[in-house]
Amino acid sequence: MNQLHLFLAFFRVGMLGYGGGPSAIPLVHKEVVEKYKWMSNQEFADILALANALPGPIATKLAGYIGYRVGGVIGMFNAVLATTVPTIILMILLLTVLSSVKEEPWVLGMTKAVVPVVAVMLGVLTWEFVKQSRASLGLFPAFAFLVGCFIVLQFLHIHPAILIALLLFSALVGKSKKEKTAGKADSPGERRKHS
Amino acid sequence: MIYWQIFLAFFLPGILGYGGGPSSIPLIENEVVDRYGWLSVHEFSEVLALGNALPGPIATKLAGYIGYQQGGVLGAFIGVFASVAPSLLIMIALLQLLYKFKDSPKVKRMTNYIRPAIAVLLGMMTADFFMTSYRDVGIWQTLFLLAASFLLMEKWKIHPAYVITLSLVYGALFLS
Repeated sequence: MNQLHLFLAFFRVGMLGYGGGPSAIPLVHKEVVEKYKWMSNQEFADILALANALPGPIATKLAGYIGYRVGGVIGMFNAVLATTVPTIILMILLLTVLSSVKEEPWVLGMTKAVVPVVAVMLGVLTWEFVKQSRASLGLFPAFAFLVGCFIVLQFLHIHPAILIALLLFSALVGKSKKEKTAGKADSPGERRKHS
Repeated sequence: MIYWQIFLAFFLPGILGYGGGPSSIPLIENEVVDRYGWLSVHEFSEVLALGNALPGPIATKLAGYIGYQQGGVLGAFIGVFASVAPSLLIMIALLQLLYKFKDSPKVKRMTNYIRPAIAVLLGMMTADFFMTSYRDVGIWQTLFLLAASFLLMEKWKIHPAYVITLSLVYGALFLS
């Protein structure tokens, strides 16, 4: 049953994700966290962070790993095939049978209309991550982190993979009084969330 | 021989393309047009245009189609495998490790530190999509589609599948 759900979840992600890999992110979130509840928001955030830090197409990395978590090696193949195969078949059919379709104005119109919808989904997901940052780090540290990351990515043009690696490294290495106080301040909120 | 070349042509973009599918497009072009000469620049841009008009991840659509063209069904399979498998295996290995230590305070802190960075990355993607839409269809259509899809998905909790389908119909009728 899980395998069928995996297939359906990632089949929908593949068929609805217009505009390449990144547009699949909110769709994967919808299926995996909200619909089937295979993992929590937090786990999804971890997976997304690592997927962003590693090379290669993002949609299939998400599909493959989540498939593996939910259904083992078979689940991995299942999810990757469900995201990729249907659209490849569509592509081969269209390119070999009717290659003029892509210049039809109605096809172009379809592609354009979907972009704002994806923007809304990404925006909503962004807001969720902001709220979670606030819940776990506190208002001011979260704000400082957000602004810092934005400056590093947007103005210093540091590659996201490097930023993520640095953040991971500092979390692993840094162990100071700061951690203790932050830990204390965090724990009541965290406990409430988990109960 | 051709299968080995297909493997290499899609293995390299898969392992070098940071930032998801779209960033690997120029790398794929470099392999299939410049190195192996399977397609002309013009043909490649045609394949890319259709790939962009269809749903699903772009890198695997290119790998699947070009692999099929050069080596049939087996070629398509090898192309997709080469672009997906290497980075996926690294990811599974690293996440299994992380999962094992998921209750350690340091791993929890990693999660807390990373979340704002992901929020910023997602926010920047949101802005990209917004700007693309603004350039393609203008500010009024963009605002209308933004407001409509926000209300449908967030207020009335319609599944994105239906909202996307609706927007496709709207685009075919009114944006052509």
